[in-house]
Amino acid sequence: MNRIKQLFQEKKNILSIYYTAGYPNIGDTVQIAEALEKSGADMLEIGFPYSDPVADGPVIQASSKRSLDQGMTLKVLFEQLKDLRKNVTIPVLLMGYVNPVLQFGVENFCKACAEVGVDGCIVPDLPMVEYEEFYKGCFEEHNLSNVFLITPQTADERIHKIDGLTNGFIYLLSSSATTGKNLEVGDTTETYFSRIKDMNLKNPTMIGFGISDRKTFDKACTYANGAIIGTAFVKAIANGNIEENVSQFMQAFKS
Amino acid sequence: MKYKVNEKGYYGDFGGAYIPEMLYPNVEELRQNYLQIIADVDFQKEFHQLMKDYVGRPSPLYLAKRLSERYGANIFLKREDLNHTGAHKINNTIGQILLAEKLGKKRIIAETGAGQHGVATATVCALRNLECVIYMGEVDIERQAPNVARMKMLGAKVVSASSGSKTLKDATNEAMRDWINNPVDTHYIIGSVVGPHPYPDMVAIFQSIISEETKKQLLAQTGSDQPDYVLACVGGGSNAMGMFYHFMDDENVKLIAVEAAGKGVSSGFSAATTYLGKEGVLHGSRSILMQTADGQVVEPHSVSAGLDYPGIGPQHAHLFKTGRGQYVSITDEESLDAGLLLTQLEGIIPAIESAHALAYLEKMEFKKGENVVVCLSGRGDKDLDTYIKYFNL
Repeated sequence: MNRIKQLFQEKKNILSIYYTAGYPNIGDTVQIAEALEKSGADMLEIGFPYSDPVADGPVIQASSKRSLDQGMTLKVLFEQLKDLRKNVTIPVLLMGYVNPVLQFGVENFCKACAEVGVDGCIVPDLPMVEYEEFYKGCFEEHNLSNVFLITPQTADERIHKIDGLTNGFIYLLSSSATTGKNLEVGDTTETYFSRIKDMNLKNPTMIGFGISDRKTFDKACTYANGAIIGTAFVKAIANGNIEENVSQFMQAFKS
Repeated sequence: MKYKVNEKGYYGDFGGAYIPEMLYPNVEELRQNYLQIIADVDFQKEFHQLMKDYVGRPSPLYLAKRLSERYGANIFLKREDLNHTGAHKINNTIGQILLAEKLGKKRIIAETGAGQHGVATATVCALRNLECVIYMGEVDIERQAPNVARMKMLGAKVVSASSGSKTLKDATNEAMRDWINNPVDTHYIIGSVVGPHPYPDMVAIFQSIISEETKKQLLAQTGSDQPDYVLACVGGGSNAMGMFYHFMDDENVKLIAVEAAGKGVSSGFSAATTYLGKEGVLHGSRSILMQTADGQVVEPHSVSAGLDYPGIGPQHAHLFKTGRGQYVSITDEESLDAGLLLTQLEGIIPAIESAHALAYLEKMEFKKGENVVVCLSGRGDKDLDTYIKYFNL
């Protein structure tokens, strides 16, 4: 069974951590994954960098630039991830923009993901119609979940369509924003989260964008199966020893 | 209609809407409404009234006698440089601001390279009393200071884009981020035939007034509305698409699109997209763009800020791939020389963008009596510093 499905069947309040591959140093990718699993992360989203990341804020953009400047490519990343499953057992997704995937070749990309033990992908600028027509077959053949995003502005009908098209989880953006903004759960966000909860979707949901600490994480968990932390984590590992930084950051989430 | 957009938002293999979900409601709202709004009788009336009384259209189609003598053909210049604000960009911003009003938007954002589109956007925002924020690359802010001052005078807030190459591509990224963060009240006026569907089609429709007028003017002046050649420069490609639009289905009219070779197509400092680029996705559509083998966007170079862009609009990619359009390139130096030549032969100082199209005339061979239309997309006032430095004036 796909590791993502299994995780959601077995666990509540899932903590997923996003980080950019090849940051702060190009060789850190797998070490960070291992450190995160050791410190209690339930799931990982490894970002493959892109030169023009329009959905991201300054922190993730800067980490992407640094990674690219150090020579990161999808080819290098898959090479690094050959060691991923030696010590990492939790679900791992790759997250990034569609153009590098297109250039790598969709078929090659799916194959490489399956070979290194990646369980799913998040490609925010891959449109649903394109996915359905050109990618879905290949993703399913390689047992990859494709995760779609929804925002407070996404219509119910479209959410149901997304729910039918995916088989991992649905990524709930806390607001329509680029990454790195703080979550403020006001009345409108609460109404939106409750609306999604009441839709009884077949897929589990994870809340992302604006989750930065224990408090916002706990709040998000009251509305969804878990939450995703990205920007705050990328900031925390910018300088110094990887293992110490990871373990210190994760300390707050020990129950 | 074989070169126009299909119901899925594609031109052959190119186009579509490759956007994150955060932009979907905005783009979808536009997609569902733009054709209906533009076709509305009152909208058309107001658009054409402003084109006439405010922009100063129709822009003349001028038979350039001395240029014609030099090349041995009838060279007509479509004088978009005489428009209010000095370029073709205003055609699109007038159209989009009226459309934004119909959609109930209160705030306008735009990206700009040379500053021409920024000025054209700030102008219509002043005209219609809407809040205006312009994103411009840090490098461009420095090299286009007069246009920055004009935008500020017009009441716009100019925000510096300091990521990446700090030019047009990065200004576009920042504008998209703004739109993601302001999904309800804001309209993004994209300045070229790029971006997710329906932008390339919408901008082309507003710019198509250029070829619509040209056809009528040619008929009156030559007895035929079919020239032998139509030339225009291409960055993203909005003046070229406006110039080609009503000629696309006239297969005997040769369409020539002139890209910026920069310091030479093989120099590593170029913006010749069709020569250097590959198929991929940039700024929301599938097109041709300059990129690494890994799919990272490559920084372009051109002396002309308006052509300093690593992609072309999807409709251009389609015209290129089908062979309907011929895509060529001109270096920085060739364009500046052509700018001086036009100034001295005809008393018209062209924008360096437009000078790229003029420069290609030097490389063509004409038969006597052939009719050639060149889109003179903008005037050169903004480029005086560059001309002065290059020619030691």
